[in-house]
Amino acid sequence: MAELAGSATHLRHGSSIGQPLTRRDGLLKVTGQARYAADNHPPGMLHAALAVSSIARGRVTGLDVEAARAHPGVVAVMTPANRPALALHPDDKASPFVFRMDLLQDDMVRYAGQPIAVVIGETLEAATEGAALLAPRYAAEPARTGLDEGEVFIPPMVGIGAPSEVRHGDVEAGLAAAAARIEAVYETPAQYHNAMEPHAIVAAWEGDRLSIDTPSQGLTWARDRIAGLFGIAVEDIEIRSPFLGGGFGSKGLIAGPQVLGILAARLVGRPVKLVLRREQMYGPVGHRAPTRQTLRLGADAAGGLTAIQHHVRTASSSFDDFFEPAGGVTHTLYASPAIVTTSDAVRLDTGTPMFMRAPGEASGSIALEGAIDEMAAACGMDPLEFRLRNYAEVEPTTGKPFSSKALRECYAQGAARFGWAGRPLAPRQMRDADGLLVGWGVGTATFPALMFQGQARAVLRADGSGVVEIGAQDMGQGAWTALAQIAADSLGLGIDQVEFRAGHSGLPDAGIAGGSAHTATAGMAIHGAGADAIARLAELAMADGRSPLFGAGNAGVVAREGRLLRRDDESRGETYAEILARAGLGEIEGRGTGAMDPAAQEHYAMHAHGAVFAEVKVDPELGQIRATRLVGAFAAGRIINPRMVQSQYYGGMIWGVSFALHEAAVVDPRSGRVMNANLGEYHVPVNADLPSLEAILVEEVDPHVNALGIKGVGEIGVTGSAGAVANAVWHATGVRVRRFPIAVEAVAGLAG
Amino acid sequence: MSLSITLTVNAVPRTIALDDPRVTLLDLLRERLDLTGTKKGCDRGQCGACTVLVDGRRVNSCLALAVSHDGAEVLTIEGLAEGETPHPVQAAFIEHDAFQCGFCTPGQIMSAVGLIREGQAGDDPERVREGMSGNLCRCGAYQGITEAVLQAQRRLAEPEQEQAA
Amino acid sequence: MNRFDYIRPATVAEAVAAAAVPGSAYLAAGTNLLDLMKGGVMRPARLVDLARVPGLDAIEALPDGGLRIGARVRNADLAYDPGFARRFPAVAEALLSGASAQLRNAATVGGNLLQRTRCAYFYDPASACNKREPGAGCDAREGENRLHAVLGWSEQCIATHPSDFCVPLVALGAVVEIEGQAGRREVPLEEFHRLPGTTPERESVLAPGELVVAVRLPGEAAGFAGHARYVKLRERTSYAFAVVSAAACLRLEDGAIAEARLALGGVAAKPWRVPAAEAVLQGARPGAEAFRQAAEAALAEAQPSGENGFKIELARRILVRALTLAAAGTPERLPALPASPLASHSGVSLHG
Repeated sequence: MAELAGSATHLRHGSSIGQPLTRRDGLLKVTGQARYAADNHPPGMLHAALAVSSIARGRVTGLDVEAARAHPGVVAVMTPANRPALALHPDDKASPFVFRMDLLQDDMVRYAGQPIAVVIGETLEAATEGAALLAPRYAAEPARTGLDEGEVFIPPMVGIGAPSEVRHGDVEAGLAAAAARIEAVYETPAQYHNAMEPHAIVAAWEGDRLSIDTPSQGLTWARDRIAGLFGIAVEDIEIRSPFLGGGFGSKGLIAGPQVLGILAARLVGRPVKLVLRREQMYGPVGHRAPTRQTLRLGADAAGGLTAIQHHVRTASSSFDDFFEPAGGVTHTLYASPAIVTTSDAVRLDTGTPMFMRAPGEASGSIALEGAIDEMAAACGMDPLEFRLRNYAEVEPTTGKPFSSKALRECYAQGAARFGWAGRPLAPRQMRDADGLLVGWGVGTATFPALMFQGQARAVLRADGSGVVEIGAQDMGQGAWTALAQIAADSLGLGIDQVEFRAGHSGLPDAGIAGGSAHTATAGMAIHGAGADAIARLAELAMADGRSPLFGAGNAGVVAREGRLLRRDDESRGETYAEILARAGLGEIEGRGTGAMDPAAQEHYAMHAHGAVFAEVKVDPELGQIRATRLVGAFAAGRIINPRMVQSQYYGGMIWGVSFALHEAAVVDPRSGRVMNANLGEYHVPVNADLPSLEAILVEEVDPHVNALGIKGVGEIGVTGSAGAVANAVWHATGVRVRRFPIAVEAVAGLAG
Repeated sequence: MSLSITLTVNAVPRTIALDDPRVTLLDLLRERLDLTGTKKGCDRGQCGACTVLVDGRRVNSCLALAVSHDGAEVLTIEGLAEGETPHPVQAAFIEHDAFQCGFCTPGQIMSAVGLIREGQAGDDPERVREGMSGNLCRCGAYQGITEAVLQAQRRLAEPEQEQAA
Repeated sequence: MNRFDYIRPATVAEAVAAAAVPGSAYLAAGTNLLDLMKGGVMRPARLVDLARVPGLDAIEALPDGGLRIGARVRNADLAYDPGFARRFPAVAEALLSGASAQLRNAATVGGNLLQRTRCAYFYDPASACNKREPGAGCDAREGENRLHAVLGWSEQCIATHPSDFCVPLVALGAVVEIEGQAGRREVPLEEFHRLPGTTPERESVLAPGELVVAVRLPGEAAGFAGHARYVKLRERTSYAFAVVSAAACLRLEDGAIAEARLALGGVAAKPWRVPAAEAVLQGARPGAEAFRQAAEAALAEAQPSGENGFKIELARRILVRALTLAAAGTPERLPALPASPLASHSGVSLHG
C-alpha cells in the first residue's frame, strides 16, 4: 500500500489545508451520478454528428447532402451553404490566446479530420450514418507532413509569448574549452491529448440566450470567445462544466467542434448534443507538435558543464501559430556559463498544435535529460552525481535566485528510497532472475510556478456557515476538494460548514485550469475573498460596543472555528452568527483576487522541482520494455491536499512513461492522416504497464510565490520521468535511443 | 422496423421498443434509458469506459447490439450500491484515490466487480493489473485502482470467511 | 453504421438459409463486426444474429480425447475451462493474451477465426485497400507498414491476421467445422485462411453464407500439453496486438523432441504454421542450437513488405523463445502476464 508520504510533516495553514481528504466529489463519481457534459439531455434535444475531411489540404468539391437528408431520422445537414451567420470570422485573431477555428466558413481543407459538415438527427444513429452518407469529394493538394517540408522559419515567439531564442554566455567558447563534448539529436512525435472524455457539448438557445453544457478548463475564456463569435452579450451565455473527463490542455480553449454544436442548435432551433468520436479527436482539438532537438553540451574535466546549446525544430499548422516551447527547461535546470536555446519551425497540414500537459517542458525535458545523461557518461560520472555537480544555485540564464528550490532534498530522498547507491556506472550490467536486462535512470523534473488572474467571492451567512464561489474547473486534479479546503480555512470554518460552488460561468472568473496554476490562482482568490469577508465581519464587531471584540482594533482578531477571537486574549470572542445577528445582517460578503506578484517575479525565479528515478526491464532479444519501478520526489511549495497531489504526480509520471515508451501519432506522409487515430493503436499505458509508483512529497516553504506558498503539481510529473525511463533503457541495454517512443526493434538492435 | 426486447436493468425488468436495430447497449443506456453513468470513451472496445455486467460478466457495452441482448440482465454503475451504502469497490476507489477526472471510473468499477466475480486474479497485484488492463485511465490512477480492487476483494471475502468459520 | 435487416434465426439451418441472401453477415458477439461497421469498413445489409441458435456454445469431449468447441463459446469461457486448459495450455495462454478481459468475455471462437486484419489502411475507408474494395490498390504497400506481413504477402495485400488464439490452434492441427446450404464440411484450420494473392478480399475458404459451427482439437494434440507455450511481443504490457508471436508445442521422449508443432502470429495473413521448422526439430535434443536452426527454417521464405524487415529476425527470436519455454515445461499455472516475454518464468534461463 502506498503511504501518503510526507503528509504529516506538511505545514498546516489552517485546519483543512494540508489534510489528505478524500475527494468531495468522490461519491458522485463512483456512483455514476457525476454529470459530464454528454450526460445531459434537455427536452427536445437532437443529436449532431460531425463529418470530417479525409484529405489534409485542398477543397471540398461535393457532398451528397441529399443522401444524408434522405436517411430516416436526419433532420438537417449543416454545410458552408447554410451555416448560421457568425459575428466574427473564425480566422480573426485578436490575441495569441485566440485560436483560429474551422466553422464551415468555406470549402477549404487545411488538415485531415477538419469538420466539413454537421448532420443533425433525431437519434445518434441517424446523425452518425447521415454524416457517413455525405461521401465527400475533394480537390486535394499534396499534404505537408514532415519536419523537413516547406520553408523553415524562426517563429517570433514560442509557446505563449516566450522568446524563440535565449542567449546567455558564449556557447562556442564553452564548447571549445570543454574536455568532453556530446552532440545528439532527439526526436519526439506528434501526440494527442486523448482525455477519456471526448469533447462534447449540449447547446440550447432561447432566443439570443445560450445555455451550454461542455467541458472547459477556462469558463470565462470560453464564454468570451462564444460571445464574440455569436455577437451576443456574455451575460446571455451560461456554461456548466462541473466535471471534465480530463483535459490536459485540449479543453483549455473552446474548440471548433463545440462551436459547431452551438451553430447546429441555432440552425435547427432545438437543443443539440454533439460529441466527438474518438478518431475525431485527432484533428481539431489540438495536439503536441513533433520536435527534432539538437543538443550540444560540453563539460570540463571535473564534470562541470561549460556549454549547453539546445536547438528545437518544431511545426505549427498552416494557418495558426503554436510552437512547442521545448527549449524552456534548458533555461533553468543546469548551471552552465553558456546556454543558448533557439527554435525554428515549418508549417504542416495538421490541426493547430496546442498546449498538452507540460507543453514544451515534456518534449524539452526528455531531450535535455537524455543529453545530460550522455554528457555524464562521456565524463565517466554517475548521472546523479553529474546533475548535482551542475546544480543551479541561481537560475542560469537570468541569474535570479530561486524563490525556493528543494531539489537537493528531492535528489537525496528519491535516491534513498529508490536505492540508487550501488548502481553500476556502465550499461548492460544488471539482470533479473529471469535474465531480463535491468536498468536504472534518473531525470530532473521542473515546471514553472505560474499564476493567472482569478477572482472569488466569499459569504458568511447568518447561521455562521459560509459560501465560497469561484468559476473553477475540476478536470480531475481535485479542485472541488483542494479549493474547498482553502475556502474553509480562509473563512475560519470547518470544511463541512462551507458551501463551495464552482464549475459554472456565472461565478467569478477563476482563470484557466492550466499551467499547473489553478490551485495557486484560484486558491489565492479564495484566500483573499475569505480574508475580506472576515475583515468586514471583524470591523462590524470591533465597532460594536456590545461585542467582546469591541475596540480590539490594534491587537486584531483571529478567525477560528466560526468564531472571531481577540489575538491578545483568545478567551474573548464570539461566533460569526452572533456578530451578524446583532448587526441585523443576513450575510456579509468578501471579494478576493489571485494574481502573480510582479515584484516577486522581478526578483525571483519561481519553479517547482523534482527528481525521478526509474527502473526498467528489457527483454534483450525481443526489445519489449516495462517501466517496473518509478520513484519521484517533488518539491512544489505548500501542499494543499497530499492525497490528491500524490495522484497528480502519479499521473504525470505515467505520462512520462508513455512519452518514453508508448505514445505517438503515426501520420501517413502522403495523406497527412493519423493512421492510428484510436485507442487501440495509439498506445497509452494500461494498468499492467505500471507495476510500481512512488511519489515523495518533499517539504518546501516558499515565501515568495504567493501568500499561500503554492506552486503547482499538475504537469511537473511528466518532466524528469520521461527522461529517467529513457535513460534507464540505455542503462539496461547500452543502446541510446533518441527517437521516441522507444521502439522494440531499436532496443533489440534491429533498427534499420 | 420495430423490435421489442426485454432487459432487466439494475434489477428492474423493462420492456423496450427499439425503432432501430443499430442501437448499442451503451447508447440504449445513455440516450434512451437516462442511465448516463456508463461512459463512452471510444465506442470501439478500446478503452473500457462503457463496461457493464451482462448476465454477471463484464463486457464493453459499446460493442453489444441492444437487440441481440433480449432477455439479458444488465448491471450498471447506478445499480451497484445498496441504497445509500456504496459497494465495497466504490468505497475502496474513494479511499485509494483510484480516479481523478472520474470519467473512466464507472467502467473501472464495473470491471473490478467483474474481475472479482471471475475469481482468477486472487490477491496477486500483477494479476489484478493484467485483469484491469482493459480499462484505460488517462489521468493515471492505476496505482490506486489496483490497491482499491485488492482491498475491496478482501472486504467482500470477509463475510464468506466468517460463514466458513 | 448503416441500417440493416436484423434476423434472429432459431436453428443453424435457419441461420444458413437467412445468410444466403447476398450482403448478409453473421453476428456473434459483434466485438469485431460492430467495430468495423462503426468505422464504415463493413456495411452489411442484413445481420443474422446467432444469439439464439442452439448447439453452438458447448465444449464437448471427443472419444479420441480431443475437444469440440462450439463456435459461439466465449474466449474467456474456453480459456478458463479446466479440461481445455489442461489439455491445451498454449491455446489458453494465447486466448488470455488477446484483447482485454471484457472483450474475451464477449468474443467468440468463431468470431476469433474470422476477425479482420488491423491494417490501418483496411480500417480507413479513405485509403486504397484491395481487401476492402477489390482492385482499389494497396496504400499500405508504400505506407506506414512497420507491422505488416513478412510471409505470404502479395503486391495486392500485406496485411496480417491479428488472432492470437489461431496460432497455437493451427500448430495443433485444429479442424474447422462448417455448415452451409450444401451441408456440413470440415477444413483443417491450416487451410481455412487464405493468403491474399490477387484476391485479398477472400480471407477464408468459407463460401458466402457458410457458417463456422465448431472448432475441433484432436486428441493427439493433447499429447503436447506438458511442453506448450505461446509468446507474444507487444508494444505495451497488455491490451495490444502482437508485433510477432509464436506457439511452440513439443512432445519429448527420452530427452529428445519426438514431435514439434510450431506456428507464428503477426507475420502473415493467416496463422503461420512452420512444418519445415517442425521437421528440423524432430529427433533433436532441445537446446539453443536446434531452436535457432528451427527458427531459420521457419523464416526461410520471409521477405519484408516494407519498413518491417526487423520483424523477420524478431519472429525467429520469438520462436526460439517459445521453444525454450516449452522445453522447460508448461507451468502449473499460467503466468500473471500470459504470453508476455516480461512474465516471470521462475528461473528458466532464457537469455544467453
